[in-house]
Amino acid sequence: MSSNEAKYDIEKFRKAHKILKEFSYELKPVVKGYNDRTLYINLATLEIREKPVPAAMKKKFIGGKGFDLKLLWDAVSGSTRWDSPENEICIATGPIAGNTNYPGSGKSLVTTISPQTCIPIDSNVGGHFGPYLKFSGFDAMEIQDKSDRDVIIYIDGNQGKIQIFEAPLEAMDSHVLAEQLHEMYAANEREKQHVSVVSAGRGSEHAWIGCLNFSYWDKRRKLPRLKQAGRGGIGTVFRNKKIKALVVKYSGLTGKSNNPVDLETLQKTGLKLHKEIISLDDKQCQMRTIGTAHLVEIMNDYDLLPVKNFRFGSHPDAVKLASWVWKKYFTQNVPDGCWYGCTLSCAHGVDNFELKTGPYKGHKVLVDGPEYETVGGCGSSTAIFNPDAVVEINFYCDTYGLDTISFGTLTAFVMDCYENGILNKERTDGLEMTWGNWEAALEMMHQIARGEGFGLIAGKGVKYMQEYFAREYGADAQFLKDIGMHGKGLEQSEYQSKESLAQQGGYYLTNKGPQHDEAWLIFMDMVNNQIPTFENKAEALHYFPIFRTWFGLQGLCKLPWNDVEPADNAEQDEPNKVPQHVQNYVDIYNAITGEKIDKKELMLQSERVYNFQRVFNLKMGHGKRPEDYPPYRAMGPVTVEEYESRAERYDKALQEKQNINPQGKSTEEKIKLLRQYREQQYESLIDAVFKRRGWSRDGVPTVEHLQKIGMDLPEVIELVKKHL
Amino acid sequence: MKYLHTFAEKCNGCNTCMSVCSQLYFKVDDPEKSAIKVSAAGKNSFALSVCNQCRVCVAECPTAAITVNKQGVVMINRTLCINCLACVAACPTDVMMTYRGGLIPFKCIACDACAKQCPTGALKIEVKED
Repeated sequence: MSSNEAKYDIEKFRKAHKILKEFSYELKPVVKGYNDRTLYINLATLEIREKPVPAAMKKKFIGGKGFDLKLLWDAVSGSTRWDSPENEICIATGPIAGNTNYPGSGKSLVTTISPQTCIPIDSNVGGHFGPYLKFSGFDAMEIQDKSDRDVIIYIDGNQGKIQIFEAPLEAMDSHVLAEQLHEMYAANEREKQHVSVVSAGRGSEHAWIGCLNFSYWDKRRKLPRLKQAGRGGIGTVFRNKKIKALVVKYSGLTGKSNNPVDLETLQKTGLKLHKEIISLDDKQCQMRTIGTAHLVEIMNDYDLLPVKNFRFGSHPDAVKLASWVWKKYFTQNVPDGCWYGCTLSCAHGVDNFELKTGPYKGHKVLVDGPEYETVGGCGSSTAIFNPDAVVEINFYCDTYGLDTISFGTLTAFVMDCYENGILNKERTDGLEMTWGNWEAALEMMHQIARGEGFGLIAGKGVKYMQEYFAREYGADAQFLKDIGMHGKGLEQSEYQSKESLAQQGGYYLTNKGPQHDEAWLIFMDMVNNQIPTFENKAEALHYFPIFRTWFGLQGLCKLPWNDVEPADNAEQDEPNKVPQHVQNYVDIYNAITGEKIDKKELMLQSERVYNFQRVFNLKMGHGKRPEDYPPYRAMGPVTVEEYESRAERYDKALQEKQNINPQGKSTEEKIKLLRQYREQQYESLIDAVFKRRGWSRDGVPTVEHLQKIGMDLPEVIELVKKHL
Repeated sequence: MKYLHTFAEKCNGCNTCMSVCSQLYFKVDDPEKSAIKVSAAGKNSFALSVCNQCRVCVAECPTAAITVNKQGVVMINRTLCINCLACVAACPTDVMMTYRGGLIPFKCIACDACAKQCPTGALKIEVKED
């Protein structure tokens, strides 16, 4: 519901609540960034209890995603599936999280066993829930088992009380539900900023690409904003457990809420970055005015923007989705941070957007975003070069609880199949899924939300559709494999990796599937040619995924690391690592926790958890080399059309890299020759990367490596031994 | 808008304004805790730094703790401030102040206390149109 409509009958909602369980806990201050306890909730038995965080857990897993993975590991077995009762949703922050001084310090990390990949997924999300959970007393929470009715879990961080109650009347879709719950738990307008809501939506009930929305109250717009834990179907698990929402309320936030040992260093370091951002952002990435959508025209110019399911990397109509278009859509024109003190503040919004389709047709709504990934996936990759349509898809994805990246990539796959005759109107229940047909794309999404028709098939993702179309329609399984942009079951995020071998590894030699939070090496590799050898690429595919894991351990956002750079960064050694900002992280970690780590120890903290996650994949029956390959479309041209669209580039590659004269050869022959070469290159890349990471040729971390880095827990060593 | 107009050419560097300000608001005589700063700008000349009520900080504040009062003076609500110091970084003239160990920034609110004590008439409260 938009702000200009009548408010809700909150009393009626309250009267329909039925308390199922209440729990009180002792309020204690956070000390040096930690509570040293986590919260366990079981939705079937209604058990609620505190769990202590032993010193060894802090040392090995640090916090955030590390804590999540440790809790999840202990909860599941190798046979656990996403909808098994023992599967959990874990939400954690980290020791640095919640400080108000250093930009990008408000992230929550969310994990579960994914319906798409059957291995742990982790997603990094803004909004206020994680920090408020932390200051309410818990470094992490885990929710296990399922309810038999729709429930809300409420944490009052000032009273030390937790409730689980049946909540039948509140809305299911996130933009309405979040507003209702902010209103319900705030005694007045001012208190709304002390509430945060986690919710999914109707789409999450029927699709495997469900996301979670984490809210924060936008005081200027007087509406809740929604940030998404998008990847891997966590919203699907959330609704499978019959959770309608999680709500936390906490007031009393200050710059000292983490009780840091060295406030002055924390303030000084934060202030230094604030000043860099304010003085340099306009000249660099324009995150404060446009956000990640500033990338659209850059990617298009470098042939890196996904177009028509990654067939191509650019399109003349891409200018319709360029940054200057979005700048006009974003209406607030003041910094939009998803956590206090983030001056990079890239969380832009479109106000009073009038919807043209679906159950909220005619409503004027606030839309969060679109971000670059949404524009790439739901815009250029589907050839929907229509910004209004992209904003509407963005809105419905969010409120239905669907991941825009997976929705964009799977819709592009559907359209590709439709254009190739694998699908037709009969098979899509009347949807004409041609390139650019935004109305059909939206109707497919409304089908997902209603739980009907072709949307039910599409909503299960590319991997499911590949198997379904081959089985039910006799489609060519190899072709589907080549054009289905997923790895391990997770849809690829929105960069074209065909001409960057390192980025193919950056996407597919990852723990959870092809997303963009481990490594983005395209410019280093393809544009600047800074990592020409396999060893160079392997070093980058060691350093960056491991370094970037650290954000997930701390509850940090990646963007303030390298989406703004010190003015003299280019003059530093290894400017791609932004060494001054890495030093900032060391300094603020030490200032909060009182530890004395250096850059080397920072990397070790991450490397332990990175390897633990790889071993966790093994525990779930996955995690070996055969699952680390891209579809060929991520590596090179699959079709004649793709080859011939960039014939000069590919002919040159044949000539220069393979010493093959392309003259006189058919396009089909050239495609085959190029493919043989590129696939062999990828094999060599895997060999080099696994060696650098201390893994066997099969991709299993070796005992020696695990001992060297200190991830030598008995159950971890025992497990890898079975696979070596 | 009401603001403290400075006439640096009249300043003799006596620092009375800093003493008055820090004593009034922090009960100590400490230049670090004064919302006006006097600094040397050459032989027998001084620079005066103080808020000109430009309002850049108002837009920057994530909790809307900084507002403009009826007289056009930029004010910080100490209850709403969460100590992020974004306003300090955003201030184009570096006059949103902090001190070591302090959490909440502070600034000139054009109270006139320093101007009244200034022996050379280098400070004067004035009103100009927004």
